[in-house]
Amino acid sequence: MTDYKMHILVCGGTGCRASQSEKIVDAFKSELETRALDDEVKVIATGCFGFCEKGPIVKIIPDNTFYVQVGVVDVKDIVEEHVIKGRPLKRLLYHDPATKSQVTDTAHIDFYKKQVRIALRNCGFINPENIDEYIARDGYAALGKALSEMTPADATQLVKDSGLRGRGGGGFPTGLKWEITAKEKSDQKYVVCNADEGDPGAFMDRSILEGDPHSVIEAMAICGYCIGASKGLVYIRAEYPLAINRLKIALEQAREYGLLGDDILGSGFNFDIDIRYGAGAFVCGEETALIHSMEGHRGEPTFKPPFPSVSGYLGKPTNVNNVETFANVPVIFNKGVEWFSSIGSEKSKGTKVFALAGKVNNVGLIEVPMGITLREVIFDIGGGIRGGKKFKAVQTGGPSGGCLTEQHLDTPIDYDNLIAAGSMMGSGGMIVMDEDDCMVSIAKFYLEFTLEESCGKCTPCRIGNKRLHEILDKITKGKGTLEDIERLRVLGNVIKDTSLCGLGQTSPNPILSTLDNFYDEYLAHVNDKKCPAGQCKDLVRYEIDPDACTGCTLCFRNCPVGAISGEKKMPHYIDQTLCIKCGVCYEKCRFKAISIV
Amino acid sequence: MPKVKLSEYATSTVKEVCASFNNKEGELINVLHQVQQKLGYLPAEVQELVAKELNMSAAKVYGVVTFYSFFTMVPQGENPISICMGTACYVRGGEQVLDEFKRQLKIDVGETTADGKFSLSALRCVGACGLAPVVLVGEKVHGRVAPTDVRKILSECKDGCLT
Ligand SMILES: Cc1cc2nc3c(=O)[nH]c(=O)nc-3n(C[C@H](O)[C@H](O)[C@H](O)COP(=O)(O)O)c2cc1C
Ligand code: SF4
Ligand code: SF4
Ligand code: SF4
Ligand code: FES
Ligand code: FES
Repeated sequence: MTDYKMHILVCGGTGCRASQSEKIVDAFKSELETRALDDEVKVIATGCFGFCEKGPIVKIIPDNTFYVQVGVVDVKDIVEEHVIKGRPLKRLLYHDPATKSQVTDTAHIDFYKKQVRIALRNCGFINPENIDEYIARDGYAALGKALSEMTPADATQLVKDSGLRGRGGGGFPTGLKWEITAKEKSDQKYVVCNADEGDPGAFMDRSILEGDPHSVIEAMAICGYCIGASKGLVYIRAEYPLAINRLKIALEQAREYGLLGDDILGSGFNFDIDIRYGAGAFVCGEETALIHSMEGHRGEPTFKPPFPSVSGYLGKPTNVNNVETFANVPVIFNKGVEWFSSIGSEKSKGTKVFALAGKVNNVGLIEVPMGITLREVIFDIGGGIRGGKKFKAVQTGGPSGGCLTEQHLDTPIDYDNLIAAGSMMGSGGMIVMDEDDCMVSIAKFYLEFTLEESCGKCTPCRIGNKRLHEILDKITKGKGTLEDIERLRVLGNVIKDTSLCGLGQTSPNPILSTLDNFYDEYLAHVNDKKCPAGQCKDLVRYEIDPDACTGCTLCFRNCPVGAISGEKKMPHYIDQTLCIKCGVCYEKCRFKAISIV
Repeated sequence: MPKVKLSEYATSTVKEVCASFNNKEGELINVLHQVQQKLGYLPAEVQELVAKELNMSAAKVYGVVTFYSFFTMVPQGENPISICMGTACYVRGGEQVLDEFKRQLKIDVGETTADGKFSLSALRCVGACGLAPVVLVGEKVHGRVAPTDVRKILSECKDGCLT
């Protein structure tokens, strides 16, 4: 990045693209051209900065000025004020809600202060479609080092010593997996990257591939060298067109530079990577199912052992790792084992990327050192709960995980602690819930997901989850009994113990953990026929308090079914026979005149 | 499903795609992806032809098409509407938005309106959780959608935002 005086980085992640960031890139380009500045200032579309809540994001380097919620209309001002006159454009700076002051760079934004970026080190810094920018930040140095200075066994030992564990959910030691696969004797072995990202509400892997695809390619090549494979496969969701496109461009460029293909860097090592597409089946994230899907079959899991390391793709030894796991590998080679293992907790080294979402103020993609507490993540990085509401629970591990509560807020996050607390690390979904979220409904939401995604191969998962869902449905409709609650527990445990694959074995977790932590809420649904959070439609009614109602007509104008009537400046009234309980009036009323009973 | 005779275009498309993968059985999923991208959907007749070209049973092709939710056997509406039902969107009111689309279009998820204008589907996380709840019309992303915005989104489509 030496030729230009200034770089304008515009977020090209999915969230910001949804708010027209591509048009912002175009606008900058044409504005700079008209002013004949395009030789001095370069515009780059990067991957996700993480702070999606405040997108579209624009960052200016070398000043490190961070602009939030930028629109196409702001481009001219940024060029005039910042690029030409050299002073930051105040109105687009981040406004710190606590100190009420404006902040110019990320180092002083609470959202970034506690983050440590390893897997996301390049996301938001480089143009993912240009390999030179990756190389300028030490890209492919790790591969060079491994190939020229290390034996495969040494390189594997280094990954082992770092303490890196799989980021796809299970937390299996990565170096050990490589070692096992390396020991297998075979004419052909495979390196597979799992980019199926099934957790509904998470986008870590996608952002890494969109923002820094070369880090994954480099790590796969290193893995190939370590285990003795010449072929790599990325299994990616077809629903990720941008990630697929950037990956394809990156593969092409790596081949052009001789970093993939035959005799890489003159070492005699051959390695290339192909792409395989997922087609919308959550269970295909499970490694045996994924392998069947890559072979062109229905993605049904099979019993382990044999593990893929022994018999995987086309029956050959196959090493499967997650995108984020791979993204960590090159840095470990560059910065060393000691550096990496100094970050994190005793048994979980390094960092974890989370997609922080739900009822927090700062939704986005974060990377934190293992051992950080949930409180720091939710309140410092996440900026606390939206709208001043009360924190209720945080869900990690997606449909396989559980809900943690207030009492777990100070637990350091790592693989073992989260399991001990009744949840799991999972692949990185972290959903924060507030007092308005009904935990029985949340459990039902996850179960609906597993039910839809069960491959149907084994009975406990196929039939058992259906029964669980029927019971939950009864409870949310106010027709459940105390025996039903007990049945959830008993049946849930049977499904856990007898299902064939991880999907079934973990599917009852959202129910079991909410039963443990929010038993009273289940009781309220069953005994009092009430939903304390006011979410279960069959158990609530919306009512207007005639004394508080000012007759502003806002609710009347917004009700989608015309259930509200009343004269201007007179109390309004809801016709319960027409009301579909959409909750719009409740949200709109500015006088707190509407209540859920 | 009514039997349709494949157009010449469809027949040649399927044959070309299969040939580009050397008519290999193991490439079935890649073949289906490309055929669906070109033809929009995978009716029984297309599946039969794919089976013939790849030299495998039609039952196996059917088994794969029905296993994966990305593959569809019915044509999409002119304006395919997808509501994100990922967790982040769910806790920020995605279900209420979906309900309102169902109510206004009078169709359920997986269906297309009688005039072929709209179809409705549910997705899981499109990666824009910061904008939750999210609705996609074709490729266009609508963020922070409230039930009260549904009418506007639909009328924008009728004005021909996609055509
Ligand atoms: C139902 C189910 C879904 C899974 N989904 C994913 C996924 O989306 N992405 C992923 O990397 N691993 C997923 N896994 C874990 C994989 O089976 C496998 O353990 C992982 O890809 C190994 O990589 P790692 O050691 O680098 O984590 C899933 C497992 C199960 C049982
Ligand atoms: S547990 Fe469920 S998803 Fe796994 S093999 Fe059995 S039916 Fe299929
Ligand atoms: S919005 Fe509130 S104050 Fe206004 S008419 Fe409705 S209930 Fe009354
Ligand atoms: S809850 Fe919805 S349908 Fe019922 S009165 Fe309020 S706005 Fe109308
Ligand atoms: S998509 Fe732009 S900050 Fe995440
Ligand atoms: S959950 Fe809807 S965009 Fe992520």
